[in-house]
Amino acid sequence: MLIPAAYALVKIGRVAWMPVDGALNGPVIDRLMWWNLMALCAIAVAGHLWLAFAMLRRRPAAKSLPAAVRWILLAGFCAMYTWMALTAQNLWAATRFEGPSLTAMRVEVVGEQFQWYFRYPGPDATFGVTRPQLVNAAAGNPLGIDPRDVNGRDDVVSSVLVLPAGREVDLQLRSLDVIHGFFIPGMRLKENAVPGLALHVHFTPEKVGTYPILCSQVCGLGHDRMQARLMVVSAADYAKWFAAREQAREASE
Amino acid sequence: MPATFTRNPVDVERRDTGIGGKPPVDRRPTGGGGDGENWENQPHGRRGPRELLIRYRLGVMFALSGDLMFFVALVSAFFVRQSSGHFDIHDNFIDDWRPLAVPPILWLNTAVLLLSSVTMEMARRQLFHEIDVMEEWLGLGRPAVKRAAPWLIATLMLGLTFLTGQWVAWKQLVAQGYLLTAPDPSSHFFYLITGIHGLHLLLGIVALVAALVGLFTLKKVEFRQIAVDSVAWYWHTMGIFWIFLFVLLVFFQ
Amino acid sequence: MRRGLARVFTTDHRRLGILYLYLALAAVAVGTTLSLLMRFHRVWPNAVLPFFGVITPEDYLALVTMHGTLMIFFVLTTAPQSGFANLVLPEQIGAKGMAFPRVNAIAFWLTVAAFLVLISAAHITAGGAPISGWTSYPPLSALPAAGPGQGLGMDLWLVSIGIFCIAAWLSAVNMLATILGERRAGMTWTRLPMTVWAWLVASILTLLAFAVLLAAVVLLFSDRHFGSSFFIPMNDMIDGRIVGHGDGSPLLWLHLFWFFGHPEVYIAVLPGMGLATSLFANFTRRRVAGYTMMAGMLVAIGLLGLAVWGHHMFVSGMNPYAGTAFAMVTMAIAVPSTVEVIGWLATLWGGGLRLQTPMLFALGFLSFFIVGGLSGPLLAQPALDAYLHNTFFVVAHFHLIMAMAGVFGVFAGVYYWFPLMTGRLMNEALGKVHFWVSLIAAYGTFLPMHFAGLAGEPRHYDRLTGPATNFSRLIPLERGITYSALLLAATQLVFLWNVFMSARRGQAAGVNPWESTTLEWANGTEPCRIERGPYEYELPQGEGGFHPQWEAVAKQE
Repeated sequence: MLIPAAYALVKIGRVAWMPVDGALNGPVIDRLMWWNLMALCAIAVAGHLWLAFAMLRRRPAAKSLPAAVRWILLAGFCAMYTWMALTAQNLWAATRFEGPSLTAMRVEVVGEQFQWYFRYPGPDATFGVTRPQLVNAAAGNPLGIDPRDVNGRDDVVSSVLVLPAGREVDLQLRSLDVIHGFFIPGMRLKENAVPGLALHVHFTPEKVGTYPILCSQVCGLGHDRMQARLMVVSAADYAKWFAAREQAREASE
Repeated sequence: MPATFTRNPVDVERRDTGIGGKPPVDRRPTGGGGDGENWENQPHGRRGPRELLIRYRLGVMFALSGDLMFFVALVSAFFVRQSSGHFDIHDNFIDDWRPLAVPPILWLNTAVLLLSSVTMEMARRQLFHEIDVMEEWLGLGRPAVKRAAPWLIATLMLGLTFLTGQWVAWKQLVAQGYLLTAPDPSSHFFYLITGIHGLHLLLGIVALVAALVGLFTLKKVEFRQIAVDSVAWYWHTMGIFWIFLFVLLVFFQ
Repeated sequence: MRRGLARVFTTDHRRLGILYLYLALAAVAVGTTLSLLMRFHRVWPNAVLPFFGVITPEDYLALVTMHGTLMIFFVLTTAPQSGFANLVLPEQIGAKGMAFPRVNAIAFWLTVAAFLVLISAAHITAGGAPISGWTSYPPLSALPAAGPGQGLGMDLWLVSIGIFCIAAWLSAVNMLATILGERRAGMTWTRLPMTVWAWLVASILTLLAFAVLLAAVVLLFSDRHFGSSFFIPMNDMIDGRIVGHGDGSPLLWLHLFWFFGHPEVYIAVLPGMGLATSLFANFTRRRVAGYTMMAGMLVAIGLLGLAVWGHHMFVSGMNPYAGTAFAMVTMAIAVPSTVEVIGWLATLWGGGLRLQTPMLFALGFLSFFIVGGLSGPLLAQPALDAYLHNTFFVVAHFHLIMAMAGVFGVFAGVYYWFPLMTGRLMNEALGKVHFWVSLIAAYGTFLPMHFAGLAGEPRHYDRLTGPATNFSRLIPLERGITYSALLLAATQLVFLWNVFMSARRGQAAGVNPWESTTLEWANGTEPCRIERGPYEYELPQGEGGFHPQWEAVAKQE
């Protein structure tokens, strides 16, 4: 317990155990997490020192702890709780209260037992209509995109989430069957994919790299196998990848 | 000391003439020992005639509070379900709630249930009628029972009528094609809400029958009072719940 | 034969309390075994276990589901509340018995029935036990085709929980009627032992919360069997087939369930808090610092506990503004809990503690309450919970604050009230061994889980390596946790040995072995009217003088 604690002290703002974070607001979250953990650990240790002192004190004191001490302690804790609530609230509001910027790129994430699909709207920036009756993974249409819809013609479906670094992305989370949890630890991002709802989260990936995507809500037998990869690449690489996928789609039609 | 009773205005004016012939009047809050002795200072089982009654009333009240929360949860599900929908392929919000026209017999059933509450209350009050209670306590026959029993039987009849009426309403709906297992949520809710209320009322009828039997088999007048009193409060509450549920089904779809 | 039946189907509250404790013991034995199987599997996934074979993924999820259900319902909702309250509540308030002894007995046997139905869910069904966790979110729990065990196993789970809800309701009614109506003359609200306050608040929460759970269970059962769509959305698909025909909302289940689920965890821990206060007073020989405040804080925790359920749903698709509202109330509930802890620490400050086993376990309760409770304010912040939700960090949090603190509260109660149950004392040396090894092993088991959670390891994963991620660097951590868990489980055998041996051959206890002031220790000479407070221990030196509650106040005072 002491060794990780010491390790964590080495770098302020960086919690040793957490994976490298690659999002724009990642460091802010990590710093907040670090301060919270440090404060709470310190209090836990202090509390136990108090307990140890009380247990070792053989002769009972004549007077009990003055009420003033208790009130001061309470005031201190209330101040800490207030600070925690407000700092976290700022972060929460910044990431969730407002929608994505209008220039954000859109990707649809669809969870299904036990697979994540990612759909890009293509050059027309509009997702094609999907019909559940048309869902047929074996025939190459796992999301049930309606072929009669013009907007769906340029949609690209992928099982890897590829994003260009530095661009805000608005994810639309859907699920076909049960509640799944869309979790990218490296982006400090988590939101459930609830069937019947289309939920939105937005973030900006910064650091190039590959990040695991996990399912964080138990969804059945293959829950622990329901994983995908987020690949954050440069803008040029992204354009190349997307072009290659479009060609592949056209070739298969 | 005899069991409790409700004081009519005429009783307050009664004076003990000292030559006998009139039953004594209980002047609370003193206990039977006179001189301002407080019931509450006595040990268990000797706290006066209301002790057991209060215990049972407390029990019934708490039980009904839990029941109330159960119905509150169902009703909240009702409102959520009513407003749930989905976006179709043209981005229209579709919800599948088609308001169900409540079978008109339900109005009759409501009137019957309200009437049954009236008869139930009459029955309850007969058992707290001072003179009769005194005579029963002294072992001089069962005048209170004789007065209460017809009202209880009337309540029983009305309760059974209500349940029959609910059954008729169900049959009418089935004839119109609204089934419990239909995909139609409003019909499903109708069956659920009326069914669960009906189940509660059936339990009330069982309790009513038990109270009727108890009127003739229970040895002490206190116990007879408690039996009818408990059933009465339960019955009234089921009536009040029904008013709310009925208003919900008729006006809030 | 008739007497034997009368003994089994007893309405005597003391015997019912002991029967509840036996039931909790059976449940915790099964639940602990299941958790050890889980721990084994995480570290040695391919091991072939005797009697069990290899643990398959559906087995693992079934183990998780059954472990959670057994522990939360049949251990932590029964033992601290029904078990101990039946044992001592009437005596503590000077009543002759519970208000409704027969209802009490019915509630117990319904709980037994619920337990048997739950166990049958795992054994008599072809598909096995359900795999949707103790929280059973739909549509996974609403669609039999969604996974193995989600057919008959899930139905039996629902029936079991439904029966349990009714039993809990009856038990709460009984307890509330007793506390409100059966107090002896002079036993005013400010003279109640803190345990009674805790049972009062917990009973109110039980009454309100379990009714909502019952409604949710009824609605889910209806979705499964009557073609309704409360929780199944339109066009929901399983295995490529469309099964959703109505506009249901899975979030409705989350709201209903967590409206029950959060008060439930307070029901589990409040009795321990009341007992801790009582034991601290008893073994420090001091009055409770700020009695009114402490009782008031228990009530505050109960009330606020009804308003914070959304903090389980920050990332579930709920409106983010609602998330903020719930976060604020959740942070607020940290305040009364902090007041309680400060109150306890203040009581302990004076030293001179009688470190007998019940006191040690009360101190252990406080230790777990502090460490487990401190991770609460962290998780109450939605921005941080967005990372930690459903990771092992949360698992560490609730195991420390609910499982370990709650269970240590139960241990404290058993050691403390053992003389009332058997007339004998439990062995002190064995008790101390049990305490220290359990404490260290428990921290060894649950503290490292915080790190696993910070590393991002999600819950309900039966394997540490997957297609995209590799938590194999956590394997040494997991192994350490497993060894600690084994040690923790093994040391409970010391406790069981102590219980059953001391019941037969333990040292005779005498009338009031802990020199307590509360009424359950009175030996029958109590007066008609209570005139003293519950914790009248003498100051300044804290030794010698104490005024039991059954002692009359001398006339010249």
